[in-house]
Amino acid sequence: MIPISYYILLSAILFTIGAVCVLIRRNAIIIFMGIELMLNAANLAFVAFANQHQSVSGQIIVFFVIAVAAAEVAVGLALIVTIFRTKRSIDVDQLSSLKG
Amino acid sequence: MLLSEAVTQGPEFFSFAPGLILFPVIGLLINMFFGGRMKERTIGILASTASGLSFLTAVLLAVSLLSHPEGMIIPLAEWISIGELQVNWTMRVDTLSATMMLVVSGVGTLIHIYAIGYMHEDVRFKGDLNRYQRFFVFFNLFIAAMMILVSADNYLMLFVGWEGVGLCSYLLIGFWYDKDLLGRPGIENALAGSKAFIANRIGDFGFLMAGFTMFWTFRTMTFSEVFSQVHHIAETQPGAILAITLFMLLGVAGKSAQLPLFVWLPDAMAGPTPVSALIHAATMVTAGVYLVARSAPLYTAVPDAQSVVAWVGGVTALFAATIAVGQTDLKKVLAYSTISQLGFMVAAVGMGAYVAGMFHLVTHAFFKALLFLSAGSIILGIERGHHHLDHGDHNDEEVFDPGDMRLMGGLRKRMPVTFWVFLVGAVALAGIPPLAGFFSKDEILAEAFQLNFPVYILLAIAAFLTAFYMGRQVWLVFFGDPRHPAAEHAEESPPIITVPLIALAVLASMGGMLNLPGVHTFTLWQEHTFEAFHLHLHHGEFNPWIALISTGLAVVAIFLAWLLYGRKPLEENQPDPLRKILGPVFTGMNRKWYVDEIYETLIINRYIDLAKFLSIKVDWDFWHDWFHDKVIAASYRQGARFLAGPIDLGIIDGISKGLAKFFQSLATQFRKLQTGYVRNYALAVFAGVVVILGYLILQ
Repeated sequence: MIPISYYILLSAILFTIGAVCVLIRRNAIIIFMGIELMLNAANLAFVAFANQHQSVSGQIIVFFVIAVAAAEVAVGLALIVTIFRTKRSIDVDQLSSLKG
Repeated sequence: MLLSEAVTQGPEFFSFAPGLILFPVIGLLINMFFGGRMKERTIGILASTASGLSFLTAVLLAVSLLSHPEGMIIPLAEWISIGELQVNWTMRVDTLSATMMLVVSGVGTLIHIYAIGYMHEDVRFKGDLNRYQRFFVFFNLFIAAMMILVSADNYLMLFVGWEGVGLCSYLLIGFWYDKDLLGRPGIENALAGSKAFIANRIGDFGFLMAGFTMFWTFRTMTFSEVFSQVHHIAETQPGAILAITLFMLLGVAGKSAQLPLFVWLPDAMAGPTPVSALIHAATMVTAGVYLVARSAPLYTAVPDAQSVVAWVGGVTALFAATIAVGQTDLKKVLAYSTISQLGFMVAAVGMGAYVAGMFHLVTHAFFKALLFLSAGSIILGIERGHHHLDHGDHNDEEVFDPGDMRLMGGLRKRMPVTFWVFLVGAVALAGIPPLAGFFSKDEILAEAFQLNFPVYILLAIAAFLTAFYMGRQVWLVFFGDPRHPAAEHAEESPPIITVPLIALAVLASMGGMLNLPGVHTFTLWQEHTFEAFHLHLHHGEFNPWIALISTGLAVVAIFLAWLLYGRKPLEENQPDPLRKILGPVFTGMNRKWYVDEIYETLIINRYIDLAKFLSIKVDWDFWHDWFHDKVIAASYRQGARFLAGPIDLGIIDGISKGLAKFFQSLATQFRKLQTGYVRNYALAVFAGVVVILGYLILQ
């Protein structure tokens, strides 16, 4: 039996990688992948705790998260396609028209 | 006592009283809104019917008074209610006011009927239906206003009527406002109207002052409440009552054409003749007499005021009679005669002979209306004669005055009906028994003989002159040979004019029956009203000597008039025989003792000077040039410049501009936060989440 702290640690590492990826990368698809990574880090934590507490609630939440992530991907990819069509690039730094 | 209780069961129609005012008002409204679409005659008949219904109401009220002599108060509406001041529209029907109602509506109706014919015949009319309509609207308005005046239960409502009749008088004097006295284009008639209005305004000022003083001392305007306090106030504040009565006398002098305000009445003859008869002889001008009689308790409380009133009346009676002797215009003689007779009435009510004054008011209304209407008929007859001439030789340039007695003569044969009714009126006015004027004038003279001998002398001389000038007028107009072709071709008037004349002639001859000596019907009737205020009337006993003296004087005067004008009738262009006898005195009489000229120099020109001084020196030079331009405008301009410069541009604009600059620079700093890089925003969100989570965990 692997102790729960391992799972949590892995989850934290994955989350941090995702967050840093979102903050420092300029490619929109990579940023997207970072977001997915953060979501799955959270899923991992849920599953680990569900196993720990022998409760099914955490597992169910994970299903919800996966479903929401799928929807989010669909919307997000559509946005990226539209951005690419207008800007001819998916570099998020190009999207700076809100600059004050 | 038993008898009076027995008759108390009689009929009672007091609730009809509002009809007095309502009928003429309805009549005038119909004529005003629909008269334009009606025929000329319909308008006249409608107005006459309205007035006739008013008369019918007055008769019903008089019948009710026979069985309920104490009278009745009929409240109509609430009017003014401020603190302790309560003034309401309330009608007061008692024997005194009912007498006035009967005279006003009765004589008024006859004159309405006469006017249907007269206004049609008037040479100035020329088929202008609007004028016709307007005339009858004003006439009905007059009846309504006069009814308000006589039926009022308080001085304020009386004042409303008082002003209403003054307005109608003004409107009707200037009825031909675009013509002069002879019908040519001009403004003389309008000026005569203004003169009447202004002279009346001076009188109304007196009335208003009397009203204010009355409210100040009595705290009420209602007749019965005022009169019940008179005794108390007379002891504590005799000066107040003296002031009220004397101010009221000024109002009386204005409305009833007494010295010194009588000057408007002769000029008022500019109005159409029915107007002269109704307003300026029979009814409106007697309002002053009615007012004094109505205020009898007040006047009785201050003998000083009474004697002033008596003297004003006596002097006016004599003064106007002398002027009447020297006039050459048909209507002017009658106008001065009216002033003189009003002097008789005012003298009578001033002496406390209220019933004698009211009695003369009634009989005078009959015979003076008769005389004026006959004069109108004469003028129409002469105009018809003149019209006849115009066909022969066209000379419109010649100015012809149809009212000039010097151009008349011999009308007896040409206008027989008018002659006879005029004669009845003239004899009644002269005071020959048994016509109406004899009884009423004799009653005044008899009372004056007992109460105020000097005034009696004045009145007796005036009565003598009255008989003389009426004799002069009758001989000048009706006897001898015509002195102008127009008089030669004069024609009698149609029945619509002569029938009212005959009716009035009957009244003028029978009017004396109202108060025969020894019977005192009228006195007994009026007593109900005066005794309600604890005034015991002095029963003027018939004095055969006084009657004999006044009749003798009248006969002598008529004989003198015959000597001068009847025995050897005036020839064409011959000067008045009196001029040779009296010399400058006659000139004075003829020129109205120069009263108008004296007023012109003493008052009117001074007033114009004052007005000029006020307008040029005070208003223009002082107020406009100096005060407005130099003081107000200049300082305002400086003030405005100061406010606009340092205050507005400096302080107020500085604050707002500084504020704007400050926020602009602040915003320049803040906008740097908005980098537009998604990463930065995401970092901010993360930082926020971290801070919130950190807070929640550490809590």
